[in-house]
Amino acid sequence: MDFQLSEDQEALRAGIRSFCDGRMPVDSLRERDKTGFERALWGELAEMGVFSLRQPEDQGGIGLGSADAVIVFAELGRRLVPGPLLWTHLATGLVEGAGSGEAVVGGVEVPRRASDPILVEHFDQLDALLVVREDGIDLVAPGTLSARPVATPLDPFTPLHHVAALPEGDRIGDAAAAARLRLEGAALAAGQLLGIAEMSQELATEYAKKREQFGRPIGGFQAIKHILADCYTRQEIARAAVYAGGATLDDPGVGDVARAVTTAKLVAGEAAMKNARACIQVHGGMGYTWEIPAHYYLKRTWVLENVFGDVAEHAERMAEIVAAA
Amino acid sequence: MDLRYSDSDEAFRKELRAWLADAVPAHGPAPSERADWEARCAYDTSWQRKLHDAGYAGINWPKQYGGRDASLTEQLVYYEETARAHAPYVGVNFVGLLHGGPTIVAEGTPEQKERHIGPILRGEQIWCQGFSEPSAGSDLASLKTRAVREGDHYVVSGHKIWTSFAQVADYCELLVRTNPEEKHRGITWLAMPMDLDGIEIRPLPTLLGSGEFSEVFLENVRVPVEYRVGKENDGWRVTNVTLSFERGTAFASDMVQLQESLRMLTALAKRITRDDASAWDDRALRREVGHAAAEADALWAMVKYTVSEAERTGVPGMAGSCVKLYYSELKQRIGELSMRVLGRAALVREDVAGLPSQEIVHQALQSLSLTIAAGSSQIQRNIISERILGLPKEPR
Repeated sequence: MDFQLSEDQEALRAGIRSFCDGRMPVDSLRERDKTGFERALWGELAEMGVFSLRQPEDQGGIGLGSADAVIVFAELGRRLVPGPLLWTHLATGLVEGAGSGEAVVGGVEVPRRASDPILVEHFDQLDALLVVREDGIDLVAPGTLSARPVATPLDPFTPLHHVAALPEGDRIGDAAAAARLRLEGAALAAGQLLGIAEMSQELATEYAKKREQFGRPIGGFQAIKHILADCYTRQEIARAAVYAGGATLDDPGVGDVARAVTTAKLVAGEAAMKNARACIQVHGGMGYTWEIPAHYYLKRTWVLENVFGDVAEHAERMAEIVAAA
Repeated sequence: MDLRYSDSDEAFRKELRAWLADAVPAHGPAPSERADWEARCAYDTSWQRKLHDAGYAGINWPKQYGGRDASLTEQLVYYEETARAHAPYVGVNFVGLLHGGPTIVAEGTPEQKERHIGPILRGEQIWCQGFSEPSAGSDLASLKTRAVREGDHYVVSGHKIWTSFAQVADYCELLVRTNPEEKHRGITWLAMPMDLDGIEIRPLPTLLGSGEFSEVFLENVRVPVEYRVGKENDGWRVTNVTLSFERGTAFASDMVQLQESLRMLTALAKRITRDDASAWDDRALRREVGHAAAEADALWAMVKYTVSEAERTGVPGMAGSCVKLYYSELKQRIGELSMRVLGRAALVREDVAGLPSQEIVHQALQSLSLTIAAGSSQIQRNIISERILGLPKEPR
């Protein structure tokens, strides 16, 4: 057992991080929140292998596993990289051109609660749409949908369309494939949430060291220090859970896959939500403004919290698993 | 990143599991009367002896002194398997096995290792901890118990408190002040034999009503210099070796037990009826249990992560503070949740109406110590924010 990043994984992480730092520094979020999706960026992400990471090499992919993928998605989460990253990654192998970045693929889960609106993210950019149902995966041409743009999406980087009804589409995966996709999607979303939890903590810590009140940095007050210590702790617990989720997807011999992924999504979701809120709180009055990037992290957390099962749903799933064990 | 245990770890697991399957039932249940010290001591120490004779004592301690010299990963396997088999807890051997012993392994002279390590592993030597004082709790380094060198002895006078197992201990890991001019650099670590003249032990009942806590009064106790571990005035550093062990691995077996507590809670909730439905039919309760179970799994993953880190670097990492902080608060939450499921049955500290009140109430009350002992949660947060995040330090 060696539950640490391998040298290759360290290099993978460093590569994506330096790309994101160069291409999408945190202080550019404010300028970029009007432009949102960039096609050029999509090509670069594809070139780095973000979408084809887990495709076998003989199919044009990089041939890595889910453990590697969650590391990459944590980096994408740190920088709030926009676009239907998760869905295009999951569509690789199912939809022609997804892995190479030529096709931008979105997706939607059929809502479990009849009262939930059907909201499609990044609809205007999509070349294909996956519809994930209980009994299988359907491929839908976005042009066949009647979709109305949402004027006020919560996350400025995640534009939404409201869709009245989902057409049948072409069945491209069975119930088992749908179940597998949901598991992988939850693990990767958990990766992004881990990145958000990390970055929120780092932004807050950095600010607490600089911002002075009562003649000293606010990071010197226990009231602030202890908030940040909790943020760090949550982030590290989430890291272990997310890495374990990825590693278990790769090798079901090390544990119960559903249990490991549920743990990852729940714990990372909670860490992101609490850390993003803490980041706003530690920034004080500035945290409540649009100028400081903290709000983007909280808003993206809500987007990721509501895909592939929220905290409540995963908590119930975990209870069933424990009761059956 | 590889979560798979090696073939040799799995072989160890198989062998240990087979041994435990016979040894645990043969050892029988723990004495039910918690105040019966003689029975508790005999139970805990004879189990330790069995572990030793079977080759399972001191999993990562040197072979030379009777340990197994195995990897930290094998230690994790050991915790997983002993929890699974409901093996007896370390009990009165706690300080020796998880504190004093590891410190002597790391810092002791060959004579000290000879004197202590084998006997600790065989269950023949019980230790207690003499760190805290009435006015030195979180600010441990302000301790005042004075040791004055007179020839080959330290003459020790002072007052220690919250000392577990003092009344049955053979040795005390004792922190004393040898230089009143210095704070951290004026402390010395002694392995004090508990049969010396001038030691008075007064029981200090815990909120459980149990008697493992004591106050220890020391009046001109003459401790031979050969019982000093590390150099004079270097005791703070020696102590931090102990503390890093404590935060790194001492709680690992308890963490495995979290899943056991949750299984117990689930079984209980299915039996408790409210308004003609079982408590388990309550969706809010299921969510709370599931939530806690996910956190317990995540925490165990974090233990694996930190163990792998320690195996790579050779030292317990700072993340031990995170593990301790998270574990202790989670355990308290599970304890409170379990008492809430018991409802009025939780007002009784013995099994009542066929419900397992005794164990649940005991665990819930006992868990209150976890956020206080071994560095309170507030101290852990100071450590994390200062040493990991680099935030300004508290006054020292």
